[in-house]
Amino acid sequence: MLSQIAFWGAVELGLVFAFVAVGVFLAFRVLDFPDLTVDGSFPLGAAVTAVLITSGVNAWLAAAVAMLAGGGAGLVTAFLNVRFRILNLLASILTMIALFSVNLRVMGKPNVALINADTMLSPFFGLGLREVYVRPLFVGVLVILAVVFVWRFLESDAGLAMRATGANPRMARAQGVDTRWQIYLGLALSNALVALGGALFAQTNGFADVTSGVGTIVVGLAAVIIGETLFGARGILLALIGCVVGSILYRVAIQVALSTDVLGLKASDLNLVTAVLVAVALVLPRLRRGGATS
Amino acid sequence: MINLKNIHVTFGRGTPLQKEALKGVELTIEEGSFVTVIGSNGAGKSTLLGVLAGDVLPTEGQVTIGTADVTRKPTAARAGLVARVFQDPLTGSCGALSIEENLALAARRGERRGLAAALGLQRRALFRDRIAELNLGLENRMKDRMDLLSGGQRQAVSLVMATLAGSEVLLLDEHTAALDPGMAEFIMKLTQRVVSERKLTTLMVTHSMRQALDFGHRTIMLHGGEIVLDVSGDNRKDLQVEDLIAMFRKMRGETLDDDALLIG
Repeated sequence: MLSQIAFWGAVELGLVFAFVAVGVFLAFRVLDFPDLTVDGSFPLGAAVTAVLITSGVNAWLAAAVAMLAGGGAGLVTAFLNVRFRILNLLASILTMIALFSVNLRVMGKPNVALINADTMLSPFFGLGLREVYVRPLFVGVLVILAVVFVWRFLESDAGLAMRATGANPRMARAQGVDTRWQIYLGLALSNALVALGGALFAQTNGFADVTSGVGTIVVGLAAVIIGETLFGARGILLALIGCVVGSILYRVAIQVALSTDVLGLKASDLNLVTAVLVAVALVLPRLRRGGATS
Repeated sequence: MINLKNIHVTFGRGTPLQKEALKGVELTIEEGSFVTVIGSNGAGKSTLLGVLAGDVLPTEGQVTIGTADVTRKPTAARAGLVARVFQDPLTGSCGALSIEENLALAARRGERRGLAAALGLQRRALFRDRIAELNLGLENRMKDRMDLLSGGQRQAVSLVMATLAGSEVLLLDEHTAALDPGMAEFIMKLTQRVVSERKLTTLMVTHSMRQALDFGHRTIMLHGGEIVLDVSGDNRKDLQVEDLIAMFRKMRGETLDDDALLIG
């Protein structure tokens, strides 16, 4: 019911959004900071990468700059929240809205095509493996690197400080953790990862579009929640793997839903399907525990 | 050593709700001394502790801990000098982290935190030994999440956490108030042992006059933001709870209408 190409395409997209999921996990779960900046930092990463690559900059360097830009966006949200005490959700919405304009400025137009440009993936296309496998394989390797990095970080002394900041800020301060600095660091890291996802999205799909960020947060959250539903709360590494698996499952489920004629769904129903999936993922664990009351 | 010089704390200054929580408190606590603090609700006990911990910055006056002037330093910046156990067992540790992760966090109190793994073999062994000393069997549950522990167990672990990294002072904020009598007694014995073994300069706020007289070397009583009683040595040895109340009345020159609060 799902063609090979459609399946691997979904896996590839799931892996690209795994960066978003890990970023969302850092902000929402580790720092307990509902950060909607990602809806802006994802297309920002795509925009920066696309513009730099089309003007001849090396694709790896372009992705690195995209991460810096995303990290910067996270810092803005953190600044609004920490320095001016704007409610975290609102601070991130402000940055997100501002980024829409910024992204248009960066690109100079609503979208930039990357057809025939040299991307991070280009060197791997001529090695004999079919393109449809090369792309998920390449992104998958980067995802593994990112997961290992974030895992080691969260289990380091510095990472413990960040986890304590989200879980119990009063205790964290009593232990000498500057919780303001942790919010800056955490949001910068989170949005840098999301922007890397955007950078890879632009390179695997061959374009950057200013509207591609809409709903990024919901997709990321969906992946995090699906992962938690599957793996439960059993340590950082499993939570991170859950983010990745959740992201892939989400994309495959969407692909199946859209390509099954029985349901009569169209591509334009994507957001509705997403919302239903997230709602189901949220309700399932509660049902399992017995009763949706309270 | 702790030195408080002319500490004033005013909340909501310039508003109709203005409240002077501390009015010129002068207090010197020598190194290694164990001081208990009593007083009724609103007397300024929590504010005093907050001023030492950094949660409350004084409106006027000077705070010295050890040799450092920390008057304007927020909590995190002075955490290397101050170890603390909170009244609410949920406040002092991180429920979402494991026992050993909480200990790792506390072991770096006031220090720079790097990217090295928080839990190496050596540290795990050290933490396990320290937790085993509690005789609560928790050494076999080091990877359990903290929120699986009872309130008393969490306070016991909090006490271990308070002593993992060096500090100038130990602040105990009614740390047995939320526990059942048996557990409260266990925690007080543990406190006694830890304080005397490590010769910690300790300030313990308590709701119970009995506890205030039974533990430590010196007792101070706060009322209306001022120190109204300060006893130590032989004077303190002969003191009974009833005497405390009588002395309190005499010093204040007013009748006490909330005896119940003080006897507690």
